[in-house]
Amino acid sequence: MSNIKKAFENGKAFIPFITCGDPDLETTKKCIYEMVEAGADLIELGIPFSDPTAEGPVIQEANVRALSAGTTTDKIFDMVKEVREKVSVPMTFMTYANVVYSYGAEKFIKICSKIGIDGLVLPDIPFEEKGEFEDLCSQYDVDLVSLIAPTSKDRISMIAKQAKGYIYLVSSLGVTGTRTEITTDLDSIVKVIRDNTDVPCAIGFGISTPDQAAKMASISDGAIVGSAIIKLIKEHGKNAPKVVGEYVRKMKEAV
Amino acid sequence: MKAAMENRKGRFGIHGGQYIPETLMNAVIELENAYNRYKDDPDFNRELTELLNEYAGRPSRLYYAKKMTEDLGGAKIYLKREDLNHTGAHKINNVLGQALLAKKMGKTRLIAETGAGQHGVATATAAALMGMECVVFMGEEDTKRQALNVYKMRLLGAEVVPVTTGTATLKDAVSEAMREWTRRIDDTHYCLGSVMGPHPFPTIVRDFQAVISKEIKEQILEKEGRLPDAVLACVGGGSNAIGTFYNFIEDKDVRLIGCEAAGRGVDTFETAATISTGREGIFHGMKSYFCQDEFGQIAPVYSISAGLDYPGIGPEHAYLHDIGRAEYVAITDDEAVNAFEYMSKTEGIIPAIESSHAVAYGMKLAKELSKDKIIVITISGRGDKDCAAIARYRGEDINE
Repeated sequence: MSNIKKAFENGKAFIPFITCGDPDLETTKKCIYEMVEAGADLIELGIPFSDPTAEGPVIQEANVRALSAGTTTDKIFDMVKEVREKVSVPMTFMTYANVVYSYGAEKFIKICSKIGIDGLVLPDIPFEEKGEFEDLCSQYDVDLVSLIAPTSKDRISMIAKQAKGYIYLVSSLGVTGTRTEITTDLDSIVKVIRDNTDVPCAIGFGISTPDQAAKMASISDGAIVGSAIIKLIKEHGKNAPKVVGEYVRKMKEAV
Repeated sequence: MKAAMENRKGRFGIHGGQYIPETLMNAVIELENAYNRYKDDPDFNRELTELLNEYAGRPSRLYYAKKMTEDLGGAKIYLKREDLNHTGAHKINNVLGQALLAKKMGKTRLIAETGAGQHGVATATAAALMGMECVVFMGEEDTKRQALNVYKMRLLGAEVVPVTTGTATLKDAVSEAMREWTRRIDDTHYCLGSVMGPHPFPTIVRDFQAVISKEIKEQILEKEGRLPDAVLACVGGGSNAIGTFYNFIEDKDVRLIGCEAAGRGVDTFETAATISTGREGIFHGMKSYFCQDEFGQIAPVYSISAGLDYPGIGPEHAYLHDIGRAEYVAITDDEAVNAFEYMSKTEGIIPAIESSHAVAYGMKLAKELSKDKIIVITISGRGDKDCAAIARYRGEDINE
């Protein structure tokens, strides 16, 4: 059992996502401190990947910026280790299967556990393929987060039953990125999830405004926001941490 | 053996699988169910065979390359003429199958990735024929290298979307097509062009391309009364190669040789030779071999051939490599261009620059083997599309 349940004990959770190393790891570190200060309940840290197939243009570009700045998995591990000394808020890594697999899944997950990473979000590992990662995750007390999508339909209960940590409910079709409107019937998906598990469920993809976050959190246990924060980081560069902190405070208040 | 290879769903040894976002899972399951329903359906197969024969011009010829054989002085060389198919390449075999399947599934829109443009042209062609909407994703770099094919796709009524992310080549076109599929699934079939991606694509595409080796077998038995000593094909993702190999896998005396693009050499960073330089990974929906760095970042690969310029290889090839059933060799740009020119001058056949990689190795192999041996080289496509690029390679600037 990881630390993740703590994130959902303080009312509805607000979960910000940032890409590590965008524009550099020093800024990432400062952003984490600001976000914690502003009330973030759980932080998703993206490990950049050369070809992030589930991301829209905003996070794709963040991946490019991070990798161009020389960010590597090992440097991110060092950064997290340092942050963990000051921060107790749960943190998860979000990255792609190859980053973990290529590093050596066991070695990677063992390090996660050691440096205080509570969970792993791998958007290209569906239910059918989770075995080879989940067994290792269980062994090292890291939760492999399950994703559920608007197209999951008859798969929802099967996924929910085996979910650990939290369920990442994808709000809309398509890739990550802000949307003016979210039209999926999320209520009925959340209901099926609730019927099958007590694991908390947070909604992500397309959320950028406090109103959207409040609405998503009202039907679930929390809201996950990535692209909107990445846009702020792109705009403000090394000066982003303060702005990101303010944004997170506003969003946490809204949920 | 075939059964053992697929004892786990969508797996070839440890390779294959379905490493895709949850959003797409029901789509691939729906596709798998539809394929299982139609693959042995007599009506479906009758319809497909008629399309392949009457529209695409199958069976393609197995041509004895007498002049090449005599000039090289070794093994007897046969050419499997996939370049003579309608749209000029083997790609049409798979596309007609998938488009027909998509139609049966009630889909009205096809999306596809393309490298050299051959798969894009084939998909646009099938969409035109079957009255379907078509969007093709193509790396911006490739839209420049293969401008004529871009025009053809548009002429056929398809929309061509230039992809500017990453290296702006085939890998990025695949990523973008996958992203587009997650945006719009209900009416859209992703017509994947090679034996790659998540299950069931590697199996479906292989089955539709297996007609190549089925015909080679019949034709060579008729002409020579025996099986060949080796069959050769170029490998990017590996669809014409698996098509060329498939019906020979159990014929242990037939060597299966895949020719990868070494670009400027396997000891340089400018290469696309996955088996020679890659290692195990998970990307584009499958576990297989990929060119990547120590942290699993996919490498920016290079080849003169837009169709082989891909950092991975289909999972069944990875498996055939693991068990030692198929051999994979690397051919440089230079060797491929020499073969392109050699075959044009010697046989009057201009092969695609992709296929020229197989021709290049065939030329080496034929010389090593004695005159009583027989090799078959699959000419996966015609080289018209490459003439301007090869002219540029030789320092001559011509207008297309």
